[in-house]
Amino acid sequence: MATFLLRRLGLMVLTLWLLTLIVFFAGQILPGDPARATLGNLAAPSAVKALDHQLGVDRPLLDRYGSWLGGLLHGNLGTSYAYQSAVEPFIRAALINSIKLAALAFVIVVPLGILGGVIAALYSGRTLDRIISVTGLSLSTVPEFVSGIVLLVVFGVELKWLPVTASAGANASVGQQFRHLILPAIPLVFVLFGYIARMARAGTIDVLNSDYTRTAILKGLPRTTVIRRHVLRNSLLPTITVIATQTGYLIGGLVVVETLFNYQGLGNLIYKAAVAHDFPMLEAGVLIIGIVYVVATLIADLLLTWLNPRLRIGGSR
Amino acid sequence: MSVPADPVDPVAPDLSGGYLGASGAAAVAVASRGTPARWQLLLRRPTFYVGAGILLFWVVCAVFGYMFAPYSPLAQQLLFSNAAPSAAHWFGTDPLGRDVLSRVITGSRDILIITPLATVIGTVLGTILGLAMGYFGGVFDAVASRLVEAILALPFVIIAFLFVVAVGRSLVGITVIIGLVFTPLIARTVRAAVLVERSMDYVPSARLLGEKPGRVMFGEILPNVLPAILVEFTVRLGYAVFALATLSFLGFGIAPPTPDWGADISANYIGLPAGYWWQTLFPALAIATLVTAVILIADAIEQVLAS
Repeated sequence: MATFLLRRLGLMVLTLWLLTLIVFFAGQILPGDPARATLGNLAAPSAVKALDHQLGVDRPLLDRYGSWLGGLLHGNLGTSYAYQSAVEPFIRAALINSIKLAALAFVIVVPLGILGGVIAALYSGRTLDRIISVTGLSLSTVPEFVSGIVLLVVFGVELKWLPVTASAGANASVGQQFRHLILPAIPLVFVLFGYIARMARAGTIDVLNSDYTRTAILKGLPRTTVIRRHVLRNSLLPTITVIATQTGYLIGGLVVVETLFNYQGLGNLIYKAAVAHDFPMLEAGVLIIGIVYVVATLIADLLLTWLNPRLRIGGSR
Repeated sequence: MSVPADPVDPVAPDLSGGYLGASGAAAVAVASRGTPARWQLLLRRPTFYVGAGILLFWVVCAVFGYMFAPYSPLAQQLLFSNAAPSAAHWFGTDPLGRDVLSRVITGSRDILIITPLATVIGTVLGTILGLAMGYFGGVFDAVASRLVEAILALPFVIIAFLFVVAVGRSLVGITVIIGLVFTPLIARTVRAAVLVERSMDYVPSARLLGEKPGRVMFGEILPNVLPAILVEFTVRLGYAVFALATLSFLGFGIAPPTPDWGADISANYIGLPAGYWWQTLFPALAIATLVTAVILIADAIEQVLAS
């Protein structure tokens, strides 16, 4: 177990390091001079040069990567070009907002997705299964802004049941915030439902075809008992991985939903930073998303290993 | 974290990516060793007909749309701006008085040129990379797998968006970028399918016969993993529509005034609170039907290959 843990942690550190390389050098290929973007077209060339020097962007590339990485290791995410202040408070506030939205979407989609997947598996190959599978897959490929628009038109504009913006204002109660977040959360639920249902279905079908399920049925256990005690306990393991890997998407892939509903989350922050050529903000935001994904994957791996002794010992099936 | 190798993780799971994943791709690859007659089964699937029908409709719109659209998609009639759907304008007009129906019909053109090309680029590159990773293994596979995983840690819409900001939004640029973003995803699926194939007798046999690695990979293994690649291609096509529409919505896709569903939604959704729902709803439905059509076809192909 200890060596397994060490190996996983080592791989995680390696992935994170590659991630910093990708994020940093992807940031460098973005065109435009940050000082020019900050000062505007009318600024004197000497002022632009001075600000470039002050921001440090006239130093060699590797030099800048070194100091950026050094800063990261000390918990310093950098200084925003556009705001001329530390990136960290912006990222923190946006991350908290994104987590609120993501958490609501998760709470709705996880039970729904698992239920849908298990039902599809029990009716495998029949009409109900095809309906659930195809609907799930279609919903997951329809862009969030498309479902978001339809929801906005129906529930926000025509029926006026729910507010059309995601931000409830500064002093809103938890209940008000919740009301504002329902509409933005539903497109995310749509996108995720197909994935979770698909995994739950695959896992359940695997277990339904196993010898021990056949034994349980043949020894005369009622169908509900077989499903509840023998099938579900084993079939939902792979689903944990899917749910974990979706956190990366949920925290970061929110660009569209957050733009559509005008919500100050991480996706929106990254979008605005890219448009404004605010590299430190952009790099920090993208890196945070990557870290969330990598850490969530690690937690899922550990959870799976803990729940499944066969993996812990390292044997094969 | 090496997801594809994980025995309890049958599908390499992530939103940006895996559809079939490891054992899914493997299952399709193994199950599909069959006769060409299998393809006739496709014609018995109602989902295939529905999907192909909708797709055909949009292809016709893309090719001939400019001829049969009731108005020019660019013609502005400022006196008739924001008009609700009527007999003259079935889908109403936008803030510039342009006919929404005509823009929806002609908006299919660019999306149906870019997305298949981008998917082909991603599939070809991803297949080559995945074949090499699965076949050679060792250090090359380990390094490439780490890189693929690091890239997959970022949502693909964000990567695509960053690259488009970097190189500017030309049609060629967007096509290549979507293709490149898909490459690691497809490589992962192909790699998983190749790993299954490599354990079969015919691969060592071919090697013992003295075939070169390139010949073994492309002549022996590739034909056997082709069905898995085909399913991956179809699903990826759906995501290419997703990616392009999203880029357009964010203002980094097809540039106005060229009719485009995502860009039109982006330009007009501020009119929603004022009640101008037709300007956004119809392009949104167009995207949804196109995506659903591709997914229906993908599902039918997968069902046939797995049967």
